[in-house]
Amino acid sequence: MSELRELYQEVIFDHNRRPRNRGPLPGANREARGHNPLCGDRITLRLQVEDGVIREARFEGEGCAISTASASLMTEALRGRPVEEAEALFRRFHALVTGEGQPPGEGPPLGKLEVLAGVRAFPSRVKCATLAWHTLEAALHGGGTVTTE
Amino acid sequence: MSAPALRPAPLDVARVREDFPVLHQQVRGRPLVYLDNAATAQKPRVVIEALSRYYERDNANIHRGVHALSERATEAYEGARERLRRFLNAADRREIVFVRGTTEAINLVAQSFGRGLLGPGDEVVLTQLEHHSNIVPWQLLERERGVRLRVAPVLDDGSVDLEALLGLLGPRTRLVAVAHVSNALGTVLPVRRIVEAAHAVGARVLLDGAQAAPHLPVDVQALGCDFYCLSGHKLYGPTGIGVLYARLELLEAMPPWQGGGDMIRTVSFAGSTFADPPHKFEAGTPHIAGAIGLAAAADYLEGLGMERIRAHEEALLAYATEAVGSVPGLRLVGTAPEKAGILSFVLEGVHPHDIGTILDHEGVAVRAGHHCAMPVMERFGLAATVRASFGLYNTREEVDALVAALHRVREIFG
Repeated sequence: MSELRELYQEVIFDHNRRPRNRGPLPGANREARGHNPLCGDRITLRLQVEDGVIREARFEGEGCAISTASASLMTEALRGRPVEEAEALFRRFHALVTGEGQPPGEGPPLGKLEVLAGVRAFPSRVKCATLAWHTLEAALHGGGTVTTE
Repeated sequence: MSAPALRPAPLDVARVREDFPVLHQQVRGRPLVYLDNAATAQKPRVVIEALSRYYERDNANIHRGVHALSERATEAYEGARERLRRFLNAADRREIVFVRGTTEAINLVAQSFGRGLLGPGDEVVLTQLEHHSNIVPWQLLERERGVRLRVAPVLDDGSVDLEALLGLLGPRTRLVAVAHVSNALGTVLPVRRIVEAAHAVGARVLLDGAQAAPHLPVDVQALGCDFYCLSGHKLYGPTGIGVLYARLELLEAMPPWQGGGDMIRTVSFAGSTFADPPHKFEAGTPHIAGAIGLAAAADYLEGLGMERIRAHEEALLAYATEAVGSVPGLRLVGTAPEKAGILSFVLEGVHPHDIGTILDHEGVAVRAGHHCAMPVMERFGLAATVRASFGLYNTREEVDALVAALHRVREIFG
């Protein structure tokens, strides 16, 4: 039960019920779609990037509690962040949820994103937590559609 | 498929469970409740032993060897073919082609019957509830040969709109390819009506029996179908083995689909000649052990009696259908009058994937997703459902465990 509680923390329920930054983003200049064919989760991520800094990040889509909360938390974490820092954050986040060691070197602190650490105990759910982040990678590198397969 | 003359004695499930070693384990500290039988069924000890026995005593290649082991292996493999002929009540053992599974069986028909005998403008009729493996092979054929796909819609309760399907049949219809039982919803299709109507316009009928053969007695002659496909691993047999039943005259007319050893009579660079069915369709060394294991599964199932299995599962499905009604916000997807083995549902406010994870933590194994039937999911406006699917060894206590776990989901998600 403790593993389950660790996965479904209150913060995750909160972001699942009331996702932050969900909706269209007029003025977006980066966009990508993500799809998890396993469970049908879909996300469209839009960014407004100026001078190498992510000014705005918003998403649309449907998914499970983990993928929705992860997208919501990610968009919060991205706002105002330089692109390079966002990418470093993804590497740290990826290491967190897959249970790999943290990458060497100083990186931005994960902060609230750490509530997703419980995903480690659920290998089949890692893709739910990383879908939004893989979509971010695609958005920063030319757009298009990524799938978790 | 004929109605039993007498009501069979009920299945002794407690005893049956003893035959399945895998069921006796704890998952995350709780007794395993395996309700993912539509994905794959567990194997009785007799099947596992048939595989080991073959590898320990008889392993050899078939049809060519002059030595004792090869003779034994050949005999066992061809014996398995005869066993499966009886299981399906085919008229002739040459009508049983061993394949990897239902997917390969359908691809074989699409590639051989389809490519060899269908052309531009010919129509293949499907339904909206088909598994992807009874959609995509026909789409490949559509692209390659210009055949036209017609799709019969599904009604709100998950039944196929039979009137609409019959309305699609006409002089251009060459093949009707439909599920016998829907893997996503559990609907049993009125396949005899469909066969009659298709034959009346001169079309052939392929039945995807992957989800039917484990739950119902199948008699291909009584059904009157031209092709019947099944997967061994859903039938309590090994993975990697399945059966394509096809009428002999069709197999004789159909061109080979894979070339290689075992499917030829003679080979020369001036041209090769092919073996007769079924070997014409079994190029390369087949899954010998798998066929033998599948025959052991057929023995096991017929020992229990398919009618008794059906009666047990029907009662269990009815019990489960009622029991899940106690879970607030639960909605069944697929409530056709005739169903087999499958309970598909959604829970308001909770994604199926989250449900699957929590159920797993309670020891209950189900499937959450689109069940490789995206068109029918779309028909119901869903990306995914939770699917609990029953097998011959499932009990009411296990249904109760499922329901308790669903209440737990409600507790956690509020």
